[in-house]
Amino acid sequence: MSDLWKLTVRIHRFKPGKGSWVSEYPIQIHPDEYVLDAIEQIWAFQDRSLVYRHLCHHSTCGACGMRVNHSEHLTCITRIGDITRNGGTMDIEPLRNMPVISDLAVDMGQLFRLLDEIDFSQVQSSVLLPEEKGIQPARDKHEEIERLVDCLECGLCISACPAGATSTGYLGPAALAAIQLRSVAGDKSLLAMADDEHGAWRCHSAFACTDVCPSNVEPGWRIMDLRKKLVARRFSNLFGKDKEVAHE
Amino acid sequence: MTLNKPTAIVIGAGFTGIATAYDLAMRGFQVDVLERGELGSGTSGRTHGLLHSGARYCVHDKESAIECIAENAILRRIAGQCIEANAGYFIAVNESDEAYADLFIHGARECDLPFKEVNTVDLLHMETQVTPAIRRAFCVQDGTFDPLRLAYAFAASAKKFGARFHPFTEVEELIQDRSNRVIAAKVWDRVTDTRTEFHADVWINTAGAWAGRIASMAGVHLPVKPVPGVMVAVEKRLCQNTINRLNEPGDGDIILPQRRMVVIGTTSFEAADVDYIPIFRDQIDQMVAQGSEMIPAIRDTAHRGAFMSSRPLVKAEGEARNLARTFKVYDHENADGVPGLFSLIGGEATTCRAMAEKITDLVTARFHLDVPCHTAEQELVSYRKFYQLDAEPA
Ligand SMILES: Cc1cc2nc3c(=O)[nH]c(=O)nc-3n(C[C@H](O)[C@H](O)[C@H](O)COP(=O)(O)OP(=O)(O)OC[C@H]3O[C@@H](n4cnc5c(N)ncnc54)[C@H](O)[C@@H]3O)c2cc1C
Ligand code: SF4
Ligand code: FES
Repeated sequence: MSDLWKLTVRIHRFKPGKGSWVSEYPIQIHPDEYVLDAIEQIWAFQDRSLVYRHLCHHSTCGACGMRVNHSEHLTCITRIGDITRNGGTMDIEPLRNMPVISDLAVDMGQLFRLLDEIDFSQVQSSVLLPEEKGIQPARDKHEEIERLVDCLECGLCISACPAGATSTGYLGPAALAAIQLRSVAGDKSLLAMADDEHGAWRCHSAFACTDVCPSNVEPGWRIMDLRKKLVARRFSNLFGKDKEVAHE
Repeated sequence: MTLNKPTAIVIGAGFTGIATAYDLAMRGFQVDVLERGELGSGTSGRTHGLLHSGARYCVHDKESAIECIAENAILRRIAGQCIEANAGYFIAVNESDEAYADLFIHGARECDLPFKEVNTVDLLHMETQVTPAIRRAFCVQDGTFDPLRLAYAFAASAKKFGARFHPFTEVEELIQDRSNRVIAAKVWDRVTDTRTEFHADVWINTAGAWAGRIASMAGVHLPVKPVPGVMVAVEKRLCQNTINRLNEPGDGDIILPQRRMVVIGTTSFEAADVDYIPIFRDQIDQMVAQGSEMIPAIRDTAHRGAFMSSRPLVKAEGEARNLARTFKVYDHENADGVPGLFSLIGGEATTCRAMAEKITDLVTARFHLDVPCHTAEQELVSYRKFYQLDAEPA
């Protein structure tokens, strides 16, 4: 069993009515397992009071986002060997900019409400969605990347966003990316929602969202693209050209 | 209004429990669902995500095949929001596979399964990564479902009819009256780390691989044996439709596209405790090796994740091994003298709605309610509404 690593896992805890604290757990686990497996192991053998969210364990559901060693990760596909070393520490916190329900579980209600309003389908059959054609950001290794539009609704981008911390009403990267996709798909009716101080203009262009996104959505690029569309829309509003938005 | 409703508690919020909550709520019960983790965090979250066409079972398990054919069509209609409506192919890549083709055709016809033989050259044109060694191919109506979205869509629809969900709430004890009737449960609310009690008229045990434990809390012996299987996800969408091995059901016989990945599955072995199962390296290697026989590029594609979950194998007394995928329904008043307790175990994610219909029929009959099932007809509300449809507390 010498191929198991010895690690210390520090988990940031919170229970309503009980406040916040940090629990430390020594564990032994194979470096090829994932951070979520370590958490499940702790729950199974050491501490059943631990609360965390997870379903699919292979990056399709978007439930397992957390901050691991101070950055956002989808814990079910984050290999332990990629994040620490034998004898090392994993520091695990809930995502930021969303209310904590208990321990590592955050309330995704606000994101899901916004995405419901925007109503862009995130479950699609084809390789390249019709909406994707001609809208990919420039890339170096383009051929390696398929299915750009595949938001897991995981909230990593919201947690990583520096603007999210300064403004409670901010729509956030995932919602803005969904509005951009709708507009590319031909539906411009949601642009007004983005053209707001809490919308595309709140973004600091930090691209932290794009850095953490586990699913190639590139929300940062989409927000920049959305700004171009918003400027164009303001122009056409000014000159009364765009009938779609003129009656708003 | 809620005052006159009979109350029901569902234990375990996998697909089975959530679909049952939906049907019970729609047919007039005040439903509470107790789940020790997140919704779908047991077996349901960790499947391939195959919306079964039924073809996998059409040779040996016709009953399951027929159930799948019907439910596949229903779920495409009511839960289209959660489904990649891809197709599926059963492919023969060697002699033994080819020899199986006649059995397959015969079984498919007997089950009235929609299928069609396709020209292998045409298939290779569409599915460029499939091995050129392919000898025959049959197209079927497989699809891919997204587990969280399917669970939440059923749950949001249940909420619309007043059901309440209590995630992170573990049932620790069942309380019975003098006639052995189950009347209450002691639960651990892990959100706040406090203990409380729930009371209800009827209890539905849908705890999957853990259903034996729940039954034993009421003194009922329900021999459920967990049978885990491993699945591997790799980084590229190497096929656009599900690719199945045209042969006896076996390990590593399916490759399924989901989002930007493909998922390869699965193995099967018996285990005692499945709260945490380490992923075994040799099983991952086995999945890659077997998957590569159908799509060679799997061997050279980076892994995205590996995961494991457990089928509940119900061992009837005297029966050595019963691997039928069909589900089992228990009214423990009849079988074990424990009124107020039902169990619903087995089946497939694909058949969860039909399972729920079956048990809700039984429960409504016990309450002398004559309300038909309507879950096959109504489209589910958006999974995103799960967070918006909270009923006020009783
Ligand atoms: C490896 C594998 C692959 C599969 N692939 C597919 C597929 O591709 N397509 C398909 O249609 N089907 C598939 N299936 C079958 C499908 O996953 C199951 O039929 C389905 O998920 C079962 O759901 P369930 O609700 O019965 O069980 P579960 O999802 O396990 O639900 C039981 C719930 O009970 C909860 N629970 C346990 N104890 C307690 C307690 N004390 N208090 C409260 N709650 C408790 C658990 O946390 C769990 O969430 C697969 C199964 C396996 C094992
Ligand atoms: S845009 Fe990316 S990081 Fe943000 S919610 Fe979607 S998948 Fe997650
Ligand atoms: S558990 Fe589903 S994305 Fe990680």
